Amino acid sequence: MMRLADVFRYSLQAMLGHRGRSLLILLAMAIGVAAVVVLTALGEGARLYVLKQFTTLGSHLVIVLPGRSETSGGPPPMLGETPRDLTLDDALALYQSHAVGKVAPVVIGSAPVSWQAREREVLVLGTTAEMEQVRQLKLARGKFIDSNNPHRGAAVCVIGHTLRKELFGNQQALGQWLRIGERRFRVIGELAQQGHSLGTDIGDLIIIPVASAQALFNTESLFRILIQAKGRDSITAAMQAAEAIISKRHDGENDITVITQDSILATFDRIFTALTFAVAAIAAISLAVAGILIMNVMLIAISQRTAEIGLLKALGAPDIEIMLLFMAEAGLLSLCGGLAGLGLGMGSSFLLDQAFADFSIAAPAWASLGALSTALLTGIIFGYIPAHRAARLKPVEALTRRR
Amino acid sequence: MIELASINRNFEVGEETVHALRDINLNIEAGEYISIMGPSGSGKSTLLNILGLLDQPNSGSYRFNDQAVNQLADEEQARVRLEYIGFVFQFFHLIPRLSATDNVALPLTLAGVDPEIRKQKAALAMQALGIADRAQHRPDQLSGGQRQRVAIARAMITEPQLILADEPTGNLDRASGADVIEALEELNQKGITLIVVTHDPELGQRARRRLSMDDGKIIGDLSP
Repeated sequence: MMRLADVFRYSLQAMLGHRGRSLLILLAMAIGVAAVVVLTALGEGARLYVLKQFTTLGSHLVIVLPGRSETSGGPPPMLGETPRDLTLDDALALYQSHAVGKVAPVVIGSAPVSWQAREREVLVLGTTAEMEQVRQLKLARGKFIDSNNPHRGAAVCVIGHTLRKELFGNQQALGQWLRIGERRFRVIGELAQQGHSLGTDIGDLIIIPVASAQALFNTESLFRILIQAKGRDSITAAMQAAEAIISKRHDGENDITVITQDSILATFDRIFTALTFAVAAIAAISLAVAGILIMNVMLIAISQRTAEIGLLKALGAPDIEIMLLFMAEAGLLSLCGGLAGLGLGMGSSFLLDQAFADFSIAAPAWASLGALSTALLTGIIFGYIPAHRAARLKPVEALTRRR
Repeated sequence: MIELASINRNFEVGEETVHALRDINLNIEAGEYISIMGPSGSGKSTLLNILGLLDQPNSGSYRFNDQAVNQLADEEQARVRLEYIGFVFQFFHLIPRLSATDNVALPLTLAGVDPEIRKQKAALAMQALGIADRAQHRPDQLSGGQRQRVAIARAMITEPQLILADEPTGNLDRASGADVIEALEELNQKGITLIVVTHDPELGQRARRRLSMDDGKIIGDLSP
């Protein structure tokens, strides 16, 4: 039986001896593999982009919402259950737990904000000093609202980047008094430009102390409470603590919903991974097309090389050896095409990555390896039929057939 | 060495059946030098193909070294070709992308012989045929006579018992044809059985045993 090294040498020489044909196959395979690599790189890039957006929300985040929004199949409560509002004291009580690092209560509303003759309807966020760290807000100028008694609302505010430009134009905003609804607030800080954070435009926002917001909107209840757990490990403990502490304060009724950033993250992660797989599968169709091309080109090669096949048979090569030679050639062609495609795909991913700065594009290893092995596999599978046909040629017919 | 008994070979050409070989009986001893002559279509190439196990008879028996080789499976016939039979063709049948050395060594490569031994044997064979200086040339860089000598070197590298040559000088000029025939006869002198199919009466007369064929039958068997 022929040595494996000789099989590959022979196939390689056959490949190099028919450049045009080999380049054609190489091109088809390369395009297929490159398509898989680039499309999965884009899918993966989208996934990472969304994950990054979530992490800009702040890390180890636990969110407490008023009301129970859970579809567990328990019996409905005997008495009509109206969820209690979350209050500022509820929020402050959460500090009892060791798992809880920081707590930022949130009151949200919309109110007209005006300075001199200019007025805009703006999202007003009432919170405490902790918000700065919990949501990882950055200040361009001035300072954030301070951490004095949260029950006492100072008449100060921090404004977003867009709002500052629209209200004050080029004038100094720090220290100015503006009007929110009927109340007057002094501007003590400006947020840096951070862009969107999950749909909320941080630029078009005004932040005031939580008590001031409660007074402004005439409400005791909180929109939600953001908790930053002490660390990654204490997220679960913080969730349980939040449920326990608040249910105790609400006469033993578990009327809040606690969600973690991680659970939202995991959902998005799943969606985007599925999407990436789907895109990769679509791109893999082009690999199948390349496989059919390999089959055709190999069939042509065999009809061109019948005399050679006849000779090999005359020299004593058994059928299986001839099959092996042609399968090796198809496999080698598709492998080279696959490698070229991998290079092409990674090259274009890199260029795309450079072109879109805040969107990281790189094909995951599984996609690259998968594309390469699929290319090799299609080459071998579609190389089988031509190789089989070559092996079945009768030696005398193959030898006497003239080109 | 070879015993053919009642060999028939028919081809279907359209509606007609062509009898290429009719009831051939032939015995060949080891070391013989035989020429097969006859007009086109007389069946001499078909006979050679059957002797070389490249073609199967429709009926009859073919014993090679007392083995009924026409009943062997394809793989076993390939083995017999590899070990005992060398071929020299009119159109050389060299592989154009391989060097002369690689072409000569091809039967050994197919048999899985160690590369070093292949190289040595190929070098020896080419030296014997006076083409050692062409070892790295590809076929298209060689003359017709040199190509045929590469083909002979390839046929002899496995040290076969039988060399079958189908019009070995058919594509060569007189001078290189004579060289090629001398090379083949030298192999015969070393004990290898040589069978040459030819149109050329002068070439045919050189053999010690001369078969003439016509219409699928052996009509003459002279051993002067």
